[in-house]
Order: sequence, then C-alpha cells, then structure tokens
Amino acid sequence: MEKPSGIPSLEAVDLHCARGERRLFSALSFTLRGGELLRIAGANGAGKTSLLRIACGLLEPTLGEVRWAGENIRRLQEEFWRQLVYIGHANAIKDDLTAAENLHVACTLAGVRVQPARIDEALRRLGLAGCQNLPARVLSQGQRRRVALARLPLSEAMPLWILDEPFAALDAAAVECVQNLIAEHLSRGAGVILTTHFEARITTAATLRIDLEAS
Amino acid sequence: MLVALRCVIHRDLLLAARRSSDVLTVLLFFVIVVSLFPLGVGSDPALLRTIAPGVIWVAALLASMLALQRMFASDHADGTLEQMLLGATPLGMTVAAKVLAHWLVSGLPLVLISPVLALQFDFPRELLGVLALSLALGTPVLSLIGAIGAALTLGLRGGGALLSLLVLPLYVPVLIIGAGSAEAAAAGIGGQAQLLLLGAFLVFAGAFAPWATAVALRISVE
Repeated sequence: MEKPSGIPSLEAVDLHCARGERRLFSALSFTLRGGELLRIAGANGAGKTSLLRIACGLLEPTLGEVRWAGENIRRLQEEFWRQLVYIGHANAIKDDLTAAENLHVACTLAGVRVQPARIDEALRRLGLAGCQNLPARVLSQGQRRRVALARLPLSEAMPLWILDEPFAALDAAAVECVQNLIAEHLSRGAGVILTTHFEARITTAATLRIDLEAS
Repeated sequence: MLVALRCVIHRDLLLAARRSSDVLTVLLFFVIVVSLFPLGVGSDPALLRTIAPGVIWVAALLASMLALQRMFASDHADGTLEQMLLGATPLGMTVAAKVLAHWLVSGLPLVLISPVLALQFDFPRELLGVLALSLALGTPVLSLIGAIGAALTLGLRGGGALLSLLVLPLYVPVLIIGAGSAEAAAAGIGGQAQLLLLGAFLVFAGAFAPWATAVALRISVE
C-alpha cells in the first residue's frame, strides 16, 4: 500500500456557526497535522455534526474558513475532496444493491479504483464475510454501518478521514476493528477527525480534543 | 472520471431495473392519459389527427414531471448525495450522468411508445418519425430543466407541488416548439425548423443545466 506522503494539515480558523437562530459555536480554531486524531465531544445538538460538515466543506461556516495545506477548502473543492473520506450519519447504502455493489459505488464516487477481490477482503475485515452478495435491505442496522465503514480499509491512501459517530450501532468486535483501522491509519501519518460519545481507546501519540458546549 | 460517471449511470439503471414498478408507473401514466383523449373528445378522425401531437406532448410533459421528484430524493434520504457532493468528480458531471440515466429510464420509453399511441389518433404514418424525433430531442431537455427544479425543492415539505409550479412554466417553450414540429410537418411545411430549435435547446440545456443543478444541490444540502 502506498503511503500518503507529506501530509498537509487541516486548519480551522475562527469558525462561527449558527443554525437558524441558534449559535452553535463561535471563534473555534484548531490545526490537525498528519498523524493526529481529533476527537469532537459534546452533548446531542451541540453542533458536532455541523462542525464535521463544515470541516469537509458540505456546510459553509457563518464566519471563518477551513484550510487544507493553507488553501481554503471552498476554493480547492475536488482537489480537497479527492483526499478525503467522509462517513456521515447516513450510511449512503442503497437497499436494492448488494453490500459489495454498495461498497464499489462508494469507492468509485470517491475516486478510488478497487478490484472485486479487495472489496471482498474489506467486507471480511469488517466481519461481513458471506454477506457480500446479499441486498442491503436484509442487513441489520449494525451490518449496514459496517458496509459503510468497509470503505476505510480501501481508503488507506487518503490523508484525511472524517467520521461522524463511526461506532454507532456497532457491536464490541466491530468497534475494536474500527479502532484498529483508525490507529493504523494514524500510524501511517494521516489525520482523523471523529465524533463519538464514548472514550475511544485509540492509542496514539497525539490526540486533540474539542468539547462543544450545548447552548 | 469517466469511470465514476459510468458507475453512476450503471448504478441508476441497476436500481431502476430492481425497482421496475417506478419505471412502469410513468410509462403507464403516459399511455393512459393519451388513450383517454379519443374517449373524451369523440371519434372524429379529423379532430383527432389535429390534436394528436399536442396531446402526446402534454402527456409526455406530465409524465416526465411525475418522474422528476425521484431524481435526487432517495439519494438525499440515504446520504449518497453527500458522497456525490464530496466526490472526486466535479458535481456537474455527476449530475449530468444522473440526468442521462433518469432520461434513459423515464424519457426514452415514452419516445419509443409514442408512435404506437399516435396510431390511435389516426396520425399519418409518414409523420410518426417527426413526432418521435421531436420527443427524442425534447424529453431530455425536460429532464435537464426539471433537474434544476428537483434539486431546488429537495427535502422541502410539499416539494412536489412547488416543483410543478417552478418547472411547468419553463417547459412551455419546449412544449410549443415540440408539438409545433409535428403540426408543421402535418401541414406540409416540414418540421425541420422546430426540430433544429429543439436540438439547440438540448445543446444549451445540456451544457448549462447540470451546473445550475449542482449549485442548487449544494444549497439544498446545506
């Protein structure tokens, strides 16, 4: 696997975010360098997902900007998105496609070319052996989450992972597996941002933490 | 990039094939609406021949309207749209691929069946080609314009009604020129002028509508 080399850093500069009348956070700044994990904590409705959506460019902050390698991501657009894996709340899984087809579509959209053998391997790694050719309709909530997260082992070359509640609906074994994937990715020198309600046990040198207060 | 576009088209066609009732609904709607007219206005052959192009065009327009809401709704609901927005391919290109897939599923069947329906109206056989060609050029324009409306009304309550209000006025020029082409051909002055205009519409909409749709999608997803 090729190593992501010379990983740029993600900088958030003086972010303000308001949804409707509510101010979620203001004057928020952070810098995420390669090899660092950023964990965003906070109560429900504190703005964790909004912050992630701002960080990946889906949402425009009320004020402030996010920079990747010193350039505003809203200017970089595809150039930034080509280096990013975002796994949101929604799994982006189609009921009528099989697990393998879903994973293939997700990777192709993100610009990652994958061989069918690697798709099977990724699904096996997430504990979905034997489910490759089942339509996603018959999978449980946790299994669908696993299909979405099976993108991670196929995205080792992406220098930034942004994961919204990656451990939601997962059982202990799957949580363990995803934590290992994240730790491996960090050790490759890439950056990871995630939100989670419980203290993830990811052993890494550098963990940043942002606590959003519910207003 | 082409790989991603092919993948989007393939995926949408696969989804349509696995959920064929959606496709059939649009086609049946078209067939039934067109077939109601001879029952309603009586069986005077001269009258039927005159109204045939207009009736078929209006029915095709309503049928494509019916299919519009589905263009982005399910991708929006399950989060695939976010992934497209963050994809490696420029969003306008992805949208163009989606519109093409949508037209193949909901527009092309209408074009193919229209000559059969026109026979119900005793429409002159030598003019069936002009009618089908006008639909073949016009329905993709409807899908392209409709995509902008579908993107703008994405996730709104009562989006369906709003979508019709937004998009139907924009369909009017396509309707006038599309139905006009077969009428002109029936009057013996040839429909080339109208067909060329429809072709120009198609080129214009094909070049600009996907980018407008892309901007609308980004606004809707925020």
